[in-house]
Amino acid sequence: MTIPDDLKYARSHEWIKTEGDSVVVGISHYAQDQLGEVVYVELPDVGATFAVGDELGTLESVKAVSEFLSPVAGEVLEVNTRLEDEPNLVNDDSYGNGWLVKLKGSSESKELLDAADYKELLEQESA
Amino acid sequence: MHPWVGAGPEDRRHILSELGLKSIDELFSSIPAGVCVDGLDLPPARDEDWIRRTLGEMASTNVAMDSIPCFLGAGVYRHVQPSIVDSVLSRAEFFTSYTPYQPEISQGTLQVIFEFQTLISRLTGLDTANASLYDGATALVEAALFSHRVLRGKRNLVVVAETIHPMYRRVLDTYTEAAGIEVAVVAPGDDGRLDPATIIETSGDRACCVVVQSPNFLGILEDLPQLAAAAHDSGALAVEVVTEAVSLGLLAGGGSLGFDVVCGEAQSFGVAPGFGGPHLGFFACASKHLRQMPGRLAGETVDEDGNRAFCLTLSTREQHIRRAKATSNICTNQGLMALAATVWLEAVGGSGLRELATSCLARSEELKRRIKAVGDPWRIAYPESPTFNEFLLVGPGNGTELVKRLTAENVLAGVPTTDWGGSWPDGILVAVTECNPATDLEALIGALEKLS
Repeated sequence: MTIPDDLKYARSHEWIKTEGDSVVVGISHYAQDQLGEVVYVELPDVGATFAVGDELGTLESVKAVSEFLSPVAGEVLEVNTRLEDEPNLVNDDSYGNGWLVKLKGSSESKELLDAADYKELLEQESA
Repeated sequence: MHPWVGAGPEDRRHILSELGLKSIDELFSSIPAGVCVDGLDLPPARDEDWIRRTLGEMASTNVAMDSIPCFLGAGVYRHVQPSIVDSVLSRAEFFTSYTPYQPEISQGTLQVIFEFQTLISRLTGLDTANASLYDGATALVEAALFSHRVLRGKRNLVVVAETIHPMYRRVLDTYTEAAGIEVAVVAPGDDGRLDPATIIETSGDRACCVVVQSPNFLGILEDLPQLAAAAHDSGALAVEVVTEAVSLGLLAGGGSLGFDVVCGEAQSFGVAPGFGGPHLGFFACASKHLRQMPGRLAGETVDEDGNRAFCLTLSTREQHIRRAKATSNICTNQGLMALAATVWLEAVGGSGLRELATSCLARSEELKRRIKAVGDPWRIAYPESPTFNEFLLVGPGNGTELVKRLTAENVLAGVPTTDWGGSWPDGILVAVTECNPATDLEALIGALEKLS
């Protein structure tokens, strides 16, 4: 289970990468593994604003539909339109081309975990 | 106990003793006495033969559709019924099975669904059709809710033509009220047709969809390309509902005329008219909106040996995958009736469907001509408007009275519009199909002349 050191993580299994005054959001390798093969991704509208914990969109896999949550507060700057035709990128490249949403906002939050703490969380969850 | 025979007195005693109970009443003791019926006053049990004879006598007091000339329509139509339809339908493999929960083992059922989808897709001019819905009215409701979802719930108004089937509108009201969606009704112009300008005006920037029916409830053909354009000018999806599916044998499906959804009732394809149904809903949309489509979808694939095979491409998602996040209550499909429609369409064939539709149109036009010749007090309500196989006839009295008087002359002249209201004259909707020979037309004209 890969957990890159340079990312932050939400307890609901999204990862957050800071790029200037915006953040990129995806779901962790663990989360995509739990979901199974993703067949459809529903993304928010560009320009929409979200509070921490709001539902940003949904991921439909062959097993279930799960929502992913906004780990930060902010406005949607961009969504990964490649996922319309290639939802499998969420599985195949969860930390790269499988990103979901870019938000204008900051990842400075006590609620977010660093890689070590996230790894601990996963160990607790699988225990 | 025999698996097919109900429990006898011995079995009951055995079951009760296993449960440690003395009587059936004790088994149901948790039901409050106040809600139980104390003894039913029923006649003694009768044998099968007596029941068949007695019910047959009762049934014979009805006027059956096929016993006298019949022009009933208004959403339910009588068409030829090749005997292969019932023959295939009554095969136990199809007739007794419920929706397959391990779908790929039911290759026959999946193939039927796949063929049904293909036929509907070709007839509607849209590239995706689902495995069917319960009936035309709920198909229309699904189209409205679908449009609401496609536009992400930001537009909360459904604009609907007054000239869609009034019963469909009542079903739409029931669902939209519960979903908090508003409905605005657009009345037709003096020619019984919709004016695109009224659509644009009513829609404003709030409509998620504009729903029109063609041929409409009055049998009149709408100017579909203009109406689709009006919907799109308002930023809404364009939805066409069809209640007489045989019209698609002659008229272009809305998909090729700009409509985003074409849905409706396919009873005309091999499902005999029956009081209370069954009916058969269909739903087609552009594949880009596939994920918002209700119901299931069968697809074609190959098995591990490379042979043609079928699979459930989109499974019963509402049950297995979406569950609490379901967007529709449709988990299954109208399997047996979809089979009837598929066999019917394949028996009739493409050119056959066109011939059949042409025959409906020709007979209807012939009847209109002859009614015009009868003249006063009978007239066609919208004489200049194009129709397919149905039109509104007005005469000396309201529709209900006229139908009663014509039935006394041994003609089922059509469906009265009296109880449905509407901004059109109170009259009779007269439907003509290939099942009406020249003698039926003679009989109706004779009856009209008699009542002149």
